[in-house]
Amino acid sequence: MSPAAGTRDDDVAIRLTDVTKTFGKGDSAVPALRGATLEARYGESTFLVGPSGCGKTTLISIVAGLLHRDGGAMSVLGTDLGSLSRGQLTRWRSENVGFIFQAFNLIPQLTVAENVSVPLVIRGVRRREALRKAAAILDAVGLGGRERSRPNKLSGGQQQRVAIARSLVHDPRILVCDEPTSALDASVGWKVMQQIAAVSQHPDRAVLVVTHDERIFPFAHRIAHMDDGRIKRVDQQSHQPLHAGAGAPEDPFR
Amino acid sequence: MVESATGCATRDDPLMKYFALKMLFGDVAKFYGILLGLTFASLLISQQSAIFVGLMSRTVGFIRDTGQADLWIIDPDKLYVDDQKPLRDTEVDRVRSVTGVAWAVPLFKGLLSAKLPSGERETCDVIGIDDATLIGGPPKVLEGSVADLRNPDAIMIDNASRGRKLALPAGLAPGDVMLDFDPNDPAAKRRPMGLGDVLELNERRAVVVGIVETTPTFQSQPVIYTTYARAKQYAPANRRTASLVLVKALSGVEPKELAKRIEAETGLLAFTPDDFSWRTISYWVSQTGIPINFGIAIGLGFLVGVAIAGQMFYNFTLDNLKYFGAMKAMGASTRRLLVMVALQAFVAAVLGLGIGLGITCMFGLSVPGNRLAFRMLWHIPVMTAGAVTIICVGSALLSMIRVVRLDPAEVFKT
Repeated sequence: MSPAAGTRDDDVAIRLTDVTKTFGKGDSAVPALRGATLEARYGESTFLVGPSGCGKTTLISIVAGLLHRDGGAMSVLGTDLGSLSRGQLTRWRSENVGFIFQAFNLIPQLTVAENVSVPLVIRGVRRREALRKAAAILDAVGLGGRERSRPNKLSGGQQQRVAIARSLVHDPRILVCDEPTSALDASVGWKVMQQIAAVSQHPDRAVLVVTHDERIFPFAHRIAHMDDGRIKRVDQQSHQPLHAGAGAPEDPFR
Repeated sequence: MVESATGCATRDDPLMKYFALKMLFGDVAKFYGILLGLTFASLLISQQSAIFVGLMSRTVGFIRDTGQADLWIIDPDKLYVDDQKPLRDTEVDRVRSVTGVAWAVPLFKGLLSAKLPSGERETCDVIGIDDATLIGGPPKVLEGSVADLRNPDAIMIDNASRGRKLALPAGLAPGDVMLDFDPNDPAAKRRPMGLGDVLELNERRAVVVGIVETTPTFQSQPVIYTTYARAKQYAPANRRTASLVLVKALSGVEPKELAKRIEAETGLLAFTPDDFSWRTISYWVSQTGIPINFGIAIGLGFLVGVAIAGQMFYNFTLDNLKYFGAMKAMGASTRRLLVMVALQAFVAAVLGLGIGLGITCMFGLSVPGNRLAFRMLWHIPVMTAGAVTIICVGSALLSMIRVVRLDPAEVFKT
């Protein structure tokens, strides 16, 4: 089976059951996940919250195919990532996962459009096609006309919007966001989350957000509370999550 | 050409390589630092090597200039061409008697003090060539003729020295002397020594009848050509006067075979010009501190390259590690990232090497004539390229190790 060809037999994009992960061996072994169980659905944003060191980053790394689990069962987009070879896993990531990093990780020597085109370039898309798609999605996140700018000429919020564009340019089915607002002030962070909510809304996409920022919880469909390597509880939001479409509330930080 | 899962036409990695080069050129401070380090290393290694080779070439310039002989016959104790271990004149006849010798002529080569018409003294390299045949004469005559050496007191001087060490007071007519000339007067004007000028060698009159062009000597003394008999008069009395014997082999006789025969029959040493050149160079390399000093300079050039360029390239990769990590997370294989690092190292190496060698060549070409001991052999660019390759491959390998070990999950920890 092709690593990209996971079948969709229900609404669950990510299913983890008693997943464990330990770093180091012997006396220096540090358990990061002690049996984490979680489901994330297509078309929904699932937030992972909890204290530092509770295993959030380890969990999204395993879901994104960056780490292998030690134990438990896992299916992401219908694929057991543990069964994939290193090469298959690399290709699977390039085709299915979009990343938004806390520190943006935009390459300063490349233009905004080139940065956005990186996931396409990694997949071998031609330059002209990659830059055309990058320009289109930059337009979607409100940065049309800034294609030739360097990242360091943009504000923090604009840089994160470039990162959002980069994460979605190859139309991934999973979007992994690591503290997407922690490097931004409250108002900018709110707008960035609006942006993420707007552009990531897709019936065939699951969004996983790691955050400490309670102010952006209204953007979540579900909030999974982690502690000590386990999911303690999952809160389903009683209201429709916010997005940047018509009727979106005012930025409370303005 | 393949078709990707997104349905876009795809091909292999030119864009990743393009991004790699943009990352390199875009980090202006580090790029120019790397370039400067590699350029300076290339410059120092190649320039110092070229000067070393130039100096060594000068030690054998006289052998190259004296092209008619197949063999050079010397005293067994003579270590290099300028070594003062003369032969008896009778040795010339013994050499002539060896089967296979077409001709053998004595040659005088020694340092003598010359007194100029201005009263100044200058140590000159006096070469006395065979009176009858004039074999052993200068490679190129600019003014006059070698045959003019048969005139009384005739000498020929080298063109490079006539305007420098042998220059005379400006108003001095040929044949005149000036008793009140102050050579330390900075305002004193000079003219090149020319035909008809007279100087003294060992208190004997010597008249300039020709100007010749020679390879500069190692110590850059003026070169004076005269006949063998006259050179003996100029030199202090000595039972042994022939510095060496030049030999031509009969047609069909292998010079190396003849050399063995001469050595066996006379007890002297016989060398082909190439072998004698190497014997001379070997002396300078093994018996003087010159190679060590140049070696230190070349080694410093290499260390500068390692310390500046190597370290800066490694730091450049470390600075970009988070971006490599992000690309790895996004699905770039380790191999593709290594190609990016290798390309960056290769381009930096080529640019640094090219600029460094270019400056070295400009340096060599910028000094007119042969005043600078500079000789660029093909081995020097190859050796410099090897040194730059070691620097770049070393730093690239260290960088690559970091990229290989880079855990893509690390991107979430920054």
